[in-house]
Amino acid sequence: MTDILDKEKILKIRDVNRSFIDERTGEPRQILKDINLSVFEGEFISILGASGCGKTTLLRLIAGLDPVQDGKIILDGEPVHGPDSKRGYVFQQGCLFPWLTVEDNIAMGLKIRGVYKQNKDKVHDFIEKIGLGGFEKNFPHQISGGMAQRVAIARALINDPEILLLDEPMGALDSFTRADIQNLLLELRKERNTTMILVTHDIDEALYLSDRIVIMTPRPGRISEVLEIHDEFPRERGSAQFLEKRRNILERFNLARSNTAPEYVI
Amino acid sequence: MNLFLTLTGFLLAFLVNLFFPQVAEGVKLKSYTFGGIAVDDNLAYRLVLLALALYYGIYRLVLFVKKADQEKINKFGKGAKFRFAIGIALALWDLLGTKLLVLPQPFFPGPAVIMDAFLGDTAFIWKNTLYSLRLFVAGFSVGVVTGVLTGVLIGWYPKARYWILPVLNICGVIPAVAWMPFALTLFPTSFAAATFLIAICSWFPVATMTADGVQGTPKSLFELSRTFGAGQLYQIFHIAIPHAMPQIFTGIMTAAAFGFTTLVMAEMMGQPGGLGYYINTSKVWSAYYKVFAAIVVMAVLFSAILKVVGVVQRYVLRWQKGVVR
Repeated sequence: MTDILDKEKILKIRDVNRSFIDERTGEPRQILKDINLSVFEGEFISILGASGCGKTTLLRLIAGLDPVQDGKIILDGEPVHGPDSKRGYVFQQGCLFPWLTVEDNIAMGLKIRGVYKQNKDKVHDFIEKIGLGGFEKNFPHQISGGMAQRVAIARALINDPEILLLDEPMGALDSFTRADIQNLLLELRKERNTTMILVTHDIDEALYLSDRIVIMTPRPGRISEVLEIHDEFPRERGSAQFLEKRRNILERFNLARSNTAPEYVI
Repeated sequence: MNLFLTLTGFLLAFLVNLFFPQVAEGVKLKSYTFGGIAVDDNLAYRLVLLALALYYGIYRLVLFVKKADQEKINKFGKGAKFRFAIGIALALWDLLGTKLLVLPQPFFPGPAVIMDAFLGDTAFIWKNTLYSLRLFVAGFSVGVVTGVLTGVLIGWYPKARYWILPVLNICGVIPAVAWMPFALTLFPTSFAAATFLIAICSWFPVATMTADGVQGTPKSLFELSRTFGAGQLYQIFHIAIPHAMPQIFTGIMTAAAFGFTTLVMAEMMGQPGGLGYYINTSKVWSAYYKVFAAIVVMAVLFSAILKVVGVVQRYVLRWQKGVVR
């Protein structure tokens, strides 16, 4: 595997802070504190942390869905101002348009950008690639949750984004379907070399997919550590290496029983 | 078996009318000739019974021939007892209202006498029906269109919500016919005035439901479209409005019901035509059988309108769960 440091930095996050006004108390509450991170081209990064650590907030800032008030996020040399098709976004739950068929959902971005006619074949190719051939004319309620997430991923990737942002896209799925989609992501990444940033609270998922794992801790949300995982893809979930790394991460979250400190915190 | 039950009811009514002697005196049943064929009121009534029986017979036959799914056949079966009861009720009504004349007259004429209105007053009923239809379509479509527009404004722009929603809430509870005196002076024709009344009574439910649906659109749908570079207009027309469609149709159905009431009220109070007008003029002459005839026409006409709206609704909302399989 080539060293990621040889590649170009595509995304730079510099000194980003973010606070919200607490609706109950009326006082500002810091969600993100001093976030600094660089992402290399073609890299797969997982942002791992418990709920409430600001990982989704960070992803939304990168996507341009929320304005960057303090600090800088620079994609491809340009600061992020609002969302655009350079960054594909996949939401937690399908988030398909229920009145559009599978085909129309996938083609949506192309239609908005006015490039649908010349890319009709591309839509078809994507449908085949995600294994939904024959379901083109189905409406979202007629397909399963896993299929819906596949459609959501295809819908984001068809616009050839520079970065794909994934907000716990497998959070609501059962573990078998989840494994399927994880493999699909690896496959797509290998084929297209798209940079991907995944927000997750699933340690196995992060380990299985990432080049680097960014661990975040809450209140206020900050990056506590960045782990590099150098193992070859595809990784073996049951291997000793994998389990060792898993244990390592669990300990960082104080979730593992270590011999020295028999403490168990949930 | 279900078909048999259905047909037996109508057949019974048919036989009662055909063979039961006219015991009571003073019932004026007339005869008319259409293209050389004499048709009296009783025959017309029997023809209607025959048509009903034929309709259900053919419907069942089509289900059988087309090998329709069991669900439809079951649905037909479930209605059989009710249809049988209708046949019995018609037979009883015929006996009490016409043959024996037990019911107080002229308020409760028998079915054959009501048929007389259709035979003797055909052109006039037809003319008034068309007038009602025209008036309804005019007012209703104006109401629905402005309702959707208002609803989208309220649902989309907070400022519009602030200024328009209270007006909507206050005006919405006022029965539209209360505006009648103003409408009649403000509008050049009484037709325009009634159109206005029907429009405002349909406007209210459509506007509130549309606003509801637009506001209820998940934020993530808008955000997603923005990651593809969608502008505001796209978000309104391709996301907010489609998302609101189920609610919009709930509003439209309510609006239709309000609209029928306002239509008939408006016609009774100051229109040169329409079914409400027909009822009024008939009442003056104590021609209650014509009043009943107008009621029958309304039942058919308004059901048909709801049916049409329902068909459109099913087509537009074919993406919804439970609507399409």
